[in-house]
Amino acid sequence: MIKAFADWLTYQAFEMQAGTHLADAVNFFVYDTIKILLMLTVIIYGVSIIRSFFPPEKVKKILAHKTEFAGNILAAALGIVTPFCSCSAVPVFIGFLEAGVPLGVTLSFLIASPMINEIALVLLWGLFGARIALIYISTGMVVAITAGMILGRIPAVERMVEDYVWQIRMGNIEPPKLTWRDRSEQAALHTQDILRRVTLYVLIGIGVGAVIHGYVPIDFVATYAGRDNPFAVPLAVLIAIPLYSNAAGTIPIVQALMGKGMPLGTVLAFMMAVTAISFPEMVILRKVLKVKLLAIFAGILTVAIIAVGYLFNAII
Amino acid sequence: MEIKVLGPGCRNCEKLEADAKQAVKEAGADCAVTKVTDMAEIMQYGVLSTPGLVINGKVKSYGRLPSVKEIRMWIEEENKK
Repeated sequence: MIKAFADWLTYQAFEMQAGTHLADAVNFFVYDTIKILLMLTVIIYGVSIIRSFFPPEKVKKILAHKTEFAGNILAAALGIVTPFCSCSAVPVFIGFLEAGVPLGVTLSFLIASPMINEIALVLLWGLFGARIALIYISTGMVVAITAGMILGRIPAVERMVEDYVWQIRMGNIEPPKLTWRDRSEQAALHTQDILRRVTLYVLIGIGVGAVIHGYVPIDFVATYAGRDNPFAVPLAVLIAIPLYSNAAGTIPIVQALMGKGMPLGTVLAFMMAVTAISFPEMVILRKVLKVKLLAIFAGILTVAIIAVGYLFNAII
Repeated sequence: MEIKVLGPGCRNCEKLEADAKQAVKEAGADCAVTKVTDMAEIMQYGVLSTPGLVINGKVKSYGRLPSVKEIRMWIEEENKK
């Protein structure tokens, strides 16, 4: 139905000639914009309802005193459904440790939470399809679990956390009793807020994507940064780091580039780096991690994401 | 009465502070709105997800932005006590 509308608008209302670059680009833009905005509305609303059952204050009790591996898996899974904005990373980190959540498990949570977020998921699902969205979720979880386990096993890793963290004592709060009405009202507010924040980036992203789609030659990326170029994956990760929090704007562009021959591994590595590694997030984490641990944290994540890129480029 | 906004200082925390001040004004309450950025103090309230709103020592909300109307209601409830 959206397709029919996009076709009608491009070829009838705008009277464009089907098959021209401009018509291709316009058609792509109209179709993708409507589809993505609809999906964002529905899915963010749904995810917000689920999330209202898993505030970090509750998750820390679930994860407290869990063992390695099982704890890391659970942490990565809960990281997907637990809401917290990056400015809450510090209190979440301290609160988890204080509640007895092992350090490695806490870090698995902190890696998974931004990496597998609902905005990235909608865009991946809407633009790349369910298969790639699922591959992204599962590899993202593997990265979060593995990185958390490795970090948790560093000898005397506790001493690489800022000392004041261990002194903080948490108060107890009674979580508010939410009715279904509260949950749906809060979910609606949250959906509005997210849409307000990302719509412009989605439009710009899809706009640039549409231009690429319509004008860039079909094997453009394959020629310069294809599967056989070993520098493509690390380069994609490096480019991605400053694009933080802009999954909304970058994913449509990457999708267009995939259509021009960018291999899946490079695509996945790029998107994971956009969501999981960022300079502002590192600055925030520096408040609780000493420089050495922060460097190891960033290093392991980078290596894991580059490995994902090479792996998928090799097998698919 | 005393209102505290808990948060290290992100966009949402600033919005909540402004909303709380607005609610105080609308309710005509005699009340100071202070911002708590010290992590140890924020965590004493048990709040992990910022921003948090504390009225007379009680955590009223956390991890979301309550509306001005909601905050006003809480202020009026506290005022009656």
